[in-house]
Amino acid sequence: MKNEIRIEMEALPENEGFARVAVAAFITAQNPTVEEICDVKTAVSEAVTNAVIHAYEERGGRIVIRCSLGDGLLHMEIEDFGRGIEDIPKAMEPLFTTRPELERSGMGFAFMEAFMDRLEVRSEPGRGTQIIMEKKFGIGSGGE
Amino acid sequence: MEEEFKIIDHCLMIRLPEEIDHKSCQEISRRADHLLLDAEVKHVVFDFSRTMFMDSSGVGVLAGRYRKVSCFGGKVFVMNANRRIKKILKLSGLMKYLEFMEREEEDEKRDQD
Repeated sequence: MKNEIRIEMEALPENEGFARVAVAAFITAQNPTVEEICDVKTAVSEAVTNAVIHAYEERGGRIVIRCSLGDGLLHMEIEDFGRGIEDIPKAMEPLFTTRPELERSGMGFAFMEAFMDRLEVRSEPGRGTQIIMEKKFGIGSGGE
Repeated sequence: MEEEFKIIDHCLMIRLPEEIDHKSCQEISRRADHLLLDAEVKHVVFDFSRTMFMDSSGVGVLAGRYRKVSCFGGKVFVMNANRRIKKILKLSGLMKYLEFMEREEEDEKRDQD
Protein backbone atom coordinates (compact mmCIF):
# COMPACT_ATOMS: atom_id res chain seq x y z
CA MET A 1 0.00 0.00 0.00
CA LYS A 2 1.43 3.35 -1.04
CA ASN A 3 1.45 6.18 1.44
CA GLU A 4 1.35 9.80 0.34
CA ILE A 5 1.76 13.23 1.85
CA ARG A 6 1.39 16.72 0.49
CA ILE A 7 2.82 19.74 2.29
CA GLU A 8 2.03 23.25 1.18
CA MET A 9 3.99 25.99 2.86
CA GLU A 10 5.26 29.52 2.65
CA ALA A 11 8.76 29.91 1.17
CA LEU A 12 10.44 31.14 4.34
CA PRO A 13 13.88 30.19 5.70
CA GLU A 14 12.31 28.85 8.91
CA ASN A 15 10.32 26.32 6.87
CA GLU A 16 13.46 24.75 5.38
CA GLY A 17 14.08 22.89 8.61
CA PHE A 18 10.44 21.96 8.96
CA ALA A 19 10.34 20.50 5.43
CA ARG A 20 13.34 18.22 5.91
CA VAL A 21 12.17 16.98 9.31
CA ALA A 22 8.65 16.32 7.99
CA VAL A 23 9.94 14.29 5.04
CA ALA A 24 12.42 12.46 7.29
CA ALA A 25 9.54 11.49 9.61
CA PHE A 26 7.46 10.33 6.65
CA ILE A 27 10.14 7.94 5.33
CA THR A 28 10.79 6.20 8.68
CA ALA A 29 8.06 3.66 7.74
CA GLN A 30 10.55 2.18 5.24
CA ASN A 31 13.20 1.63 7.93
CA PRO A 32 15.86 3.70 6.20
CA THR A 33 19.42 3.77 7.51
CA VAL A 34 20.70 6.91 9.25
CA GLU A 35 22.73 7.61 6.11
CA GLU A 36 19.66 7.34 3.89
CA ILE A 37 17.70 9.70 6.17
CA CYS A 38 20.58 12.21 6.00
CA ASP A 39 20.65 11.90 2.20
CA VAL A 40 16.95 12.69 1.91
CA LYS A 41 17.12 15.53 4.46
CA THR A 42 20.00 17.15 2.57
CA ALA A 43 18.19 16.86 -0.77
CA VAL A 44 14.97 18.36 0.65
CA SER A 45 16.94 21.18 2.25
CA GLU A 46 18.69 21.99 -1.04
CA ALA A 47 15.49 22.00 -3.10
CA VAL A 48 13.48 24.06 -0.60
CA THR A 49 16.35 26.52 -0.07
CA ASN A 50 16.58 26.99 -3.86
CA ALA A 51 12.88 27.85 -3.94
CA VAL A 52 13.22 30.32 -1.04
CA ILE A 53 16.32 32.06 -2.39
CA HIS A 54 16.14 31.76 -6.15
CA ALA A 55 12.51 31.14 -7.15
CA TYR A 56 11.05 33.75 -4.80
CA GLU A 57 14.21 35.81 -4.11
CA GLU A 58 13.45 35.71 -0.37
CA ARG A 59 10.14 37.50 -0.75
CA GLY A 60 8.02 34.45 0.04
CA GLY A 61 5.68 32.38 -2.08
CA ARG A 62 4.12 28.95 -2.16
CA ILE A 63 6.07 25.68 -2.07
CA VAL A 64 4.35 22.34 -2.52
CA ILE A 65 6.05 19.10 -1.51
CA ARG A 66 4.47 15.82 -2.56
CA CYS A 67 5.91 12.51 -1.42
CA SER A 68 4.82 8.98 -2.08
CA LEU A 69 6.35 5.97 -0.47
CA GLY A 70 6.02 2.28 -1.17
CA ASP A 71 8.11 -0.81 -1.96
CA GLY A 72 11.27 0.78 -0.62
CA LEU A 73 11.03 3.78 -2.92
CA LEU A 74 10.47 7.43 -2.10
CA HIS A 75 9.15 9.58 -4.93
CA MET A 76 9.25 13.27 -4.12
CA GLU A 77 8.24 16.39 -6.01
CA ILE A 78 9.13 19.85 -4.75
CA GLU A 79 7.39 22.58 -6.68
CA ASP A 80 7.42 26.36 -6.63
CA PHE A 81 5.62 28.95 -8.73
CA GLY A 82 8.40 31.50 -8.82
CA ARG A 83 10.69 32.91 -11.46
CA GLY A 84 11.80 29.61 -12.99
CA ILE A 85 15.17 28.63 -14.44
CA GLU A 86 16.21 29.81 -17.88
CA ASP A 87 19.11 27.45 -18.45
CA ILE A 88 18.64 24.23 -16.49
CA PRO A 89 21.93 22.50 -17.47
CA LYS A 90 23.82 25.66 -16.48
CA ALA A 91 21.97 25.90 -13.15
CA MET A 92 22.88 22.29 -12.43
CA GLU A 93 26.61 22.76 -13.00
CA PRO A 94 28.55 22.43 -9.75
CA LEU A 95 29.65 25.80 -8.36
CA PHE A 96 27.32 27.77 -10.64
CA THR A 97 25.24 30.35 -8.79
CA THR A 98 23.25 33.38 -9.82
CA ARG A 99 23.61 34.85 -6.34
CA PRO A 100 27.35 35.01 -5.55
CA GLU A 101 26.69 37.95 -3.21
CA LEU A 102 24.82 35.55 -0.92
CA GLU A 103 27.79 33.19 -0.68
CA ARG A 104 25.86 30.36 -2.18
CA SER A 105 28.18 27.44 -2.85
CA GLY A 106 26.53 26.47 -6.13
CA MET A 107 26.39 22.87 -4.92
CA GLY A 108 22.64 22.49 -4.40
CA PHE A 109 21.82 20.43 -7.48
CA ALA A 110 25.10 18.52 -7.22
CA PHE A 111 24.12 17.42 -3.70
CA MET A 112 20.60 16.43 -4.78
CA GLU A 113 22.13 14.39 -7.57
CA ALA A 114 24.74 12.78 -5.32
CA PHE A 115 22.41 11.87 -2.47
CA MET A 116 19.34 10.74 -4.40
CA ASP A 117 18.90 7.99 -7.01
CA ARG A 118 17.03 10.12 -9.50
CA LEU A 119 16.84 13.85 -10.11
CA GLU A 120 14.79 15.60 -12.73
CA VAL A 121 14.35 19.35 -13.03
CA ARG A 122 11.44 20.87 -14.92
CA SER A 123 11.17 24.61 -15.14
CA GLU A 124 9.60 27.38 -17.14
CA PRO A 125 10.80 30.97 -16.74
CA GLY A 126 8.13 33.05 -15.05
CA ARG A 127 6.03 30.03 -14.08
CA GLY A 128 8.03 27.99 -11.64
CA THR A 129 10.16 24.94 -11.09
CA GLN A 130 9.46 21.34 -10.24
CA ILE A 131 12.16 19.11 -8.79
CA ILE A 132 11.46 15.40 -9.00
CA MET A 133 13.64 13.10 -6.94
CA GLU A 134 13.61 9.44 -6.02
CA LYS A 135 15.41 7.46 -3.39
CA LYS A 136 15.56 3.69 -3.09
CA PHE A 137 16.06 2.37 0.40
CA GLY A 138 18.16 -0.58 1.39
CA ILE A 139 20.64 -0.56 -1.49
CA GLY A 140 23.33 1.50 0.19
CA SER A 141 23.32 4.16 -2.48
CA GLY A 142 23.91 7.86 -2.18
CA GLY A 143 27.24 9.41 -2.85
CA GLU A 144 29.58 6.65 -1.74
CA MET B 1 22.03 32.51 18.68
CA GLU B 2 23.25 29.06 19.52
CA GLU B 3 26.78 29.21 18.19
CA GLU B 4 29.59 30.74 20.11
CA PHE B 5 32.39 32.93 18.88
CA LYS B 6 35.68 33.26 20.67
CA ILE B 7 39.03 34.70 19.71
CA ILE B 8 42.02 32.83 21.08
CA ASP B 9 45.53 33.66 19.92
CA HIS B 10 44.58 35.25 16.57
CA CYS B 11 42.19 32.36 15.90
CA LEU B 12 38.48 32.94 15.58
CA MET B 13 36.83 29.86 17.07
CA ILE B 14 33.26 29.27 15.93
CA ARG B 15 31.22 26.61 17.67
CA LEU B 16 28.63 25.79 15.05
CA PRO B 17 24.97 25.06 15.77
CA GLU B 18 23.23 21.70 15.52
CA GLU B 19 21.80 22.46 12.09
CA ILE B 20 23.71 24.45 9.49
CA ASP B 21 21.36 25.55 6.75
CA HIS B 22 20.45 28.70 4.84
CA LYS B 23 18.70 30.15 7.88
CA SER B 24 21.47 29.62 10.45
CA CYS B 25 24.24 30.46 7.95
CA GLN B 26 23.21 34.06 7.51
CA GLU B 27 23.84 34.79 11.18
CA ILE B 28 27.08 32.78 11.34
CA SER B 29 28.59 34.66 8.38
CA ARG B 30 27.46 38.02 9.67
CA ARG B 31 28.93 37.52 13.12
CA ALA B 32 32.12 35.92 11.83
CA ASP B 33 32.80 38.76 9.39
CA HIS B 34 32.17 41.33 12.08
CA LEU B 35 34.90 39.74 14.21
CA LEU B 36 37.21 39.24 11.23
CA LEU B 37 37.11 42.97 10.62
CA ASP B 38 37.30 44.10 14.20
CA ALA B 39 39.88 41.94 15.81
CA GLU B 40 43.29 40.75 14.80
CA VAL B 41 42.19 37.40 13.52
CA LYS B 42 44.38 35.36 11.24
CA HIS B 43 42.82 31.89 11.23
CA VAL B 44 39.28 30.59 11.58
CA VAL B 45 38.42 27.35 13.39
CA PHE B 46 35.03 25.77 12.78
CA ASP B 47 34.01 23.40 15.56
CA PHE B 48 31.38 20.92 14.36
CA SER B 49 31.09 19.03 17.67
CA ARG B 50 27.39 19.87 18.03
CA THR B 51 26.52 19.73 14.34
CA MET B 52 24.20 16.99 13.13
CA PHE B 53 23.12 18.50 9.84
CA MET B 54 24.73 20.64 7.18
CA ASP B 55 23.65 21.37 3.61
CA SER B 56 25.39 23.28 0.82
CA SER B 57 24.74 26.58 2.63
CA GLY B 58 27.41 25.55 5.15
CA VAL B 59 29.87 24.94 2.32
CA GLY B 60 29.28 28.57 1.28
CA VAL B 61 30.11 29.78 4.79
CA LEU B 62 33.39 27.84 4.94
CA ALA B 63 34.39 28.84 1.40
CA GLY B 64 33.53 32.48 2.11
CA ARG B 65 35.66 32.60 5.28
CA TYR B 66 38.49 30.82 3.46
CA ARG B 67 38.45 33.51 0.79
CA LYS B 68 38.67 36.21 3.44
CA VAL B 69 41.49 34.82 5.59
CA SER B 70 43.58 33.18 2.86
CA CYS B 71 44.39 36.57 1.29
CA PHE B 72 46.44 37.32 4.41
CA GLY B 73 47.96 33.89 4.79
CA GLY B 74 45.32 32.64 7.20
CA LYS B 75 43.92 29.12 7.30
CA VAL B 76 40.54 27.55 7.92
CA PHE B 77 40.51 24.67 10.38
CA VAL B 78 37.77 22.10 10.85
CA MET B 79 37.33 20.36 14.20
CA ASN B 80 35.15 17.45 15.30
CA ALA B 81 33.41 16.93 11.97
CA ASN B 82 31.46 13.68 11.81
CA ARG B 83 31.49 11.36 8.82
CA ARG B 84 28.47 13.01 7.26
CA ILE B 85 29.97 16.51 7.44
CA LYS B 86 33.22 15.21 5.94
CA LYS B 87 31.27 13.60 3.11
CA ILE B 88 29.57 16.93 2.35
CA LEU B 89 32.92 18.75 2.43
CA LYS B 90 34.51 16.12 0.20
CA LEU B 91 31.71 16.35 -2.37
CA SER B 92 31.98 20.12 -2.40
CA GLY B 93 35.65 19.97 -3.37
CA LEU B 94 36.57 22.10 -0.37
CA MET B 95 38.69 19.50 1.43
CA LYS B 96 42.01 20.63 -0.04
CA TYR B 97 41.53 24.14 1.32
CA LEU B 98 40.80 23.04 4.88
CA GLU B 99 42.98 21.85 7.72
CA PHE B 100 41.52 19.07 9.84
CA MET B 101 42.07 18.97 13.57
CA GLU B 102 41.05 15.72 15.16
CA ARG B 103 41.59 13.62 18.20
CA GLU B 104 41.93 10.23 16.55
CA GLU B 105 40.03 8.11 19.07
CA GLU B 106 37.08 10.46 19.17
CA ASP B 107 36.97 10.52 15.43
CA GLU B 108 36.83 6.75 15.19
CA LYS B 109 34.21 6.52 17.89
CA ARG B 110 32.02 9.09 16.16
CA ASP B 111 32.38 7.34 12.83
CA GLN B 112 31.10 4.11 14.32
CA ASP B 113 27.96 5.76 15.68
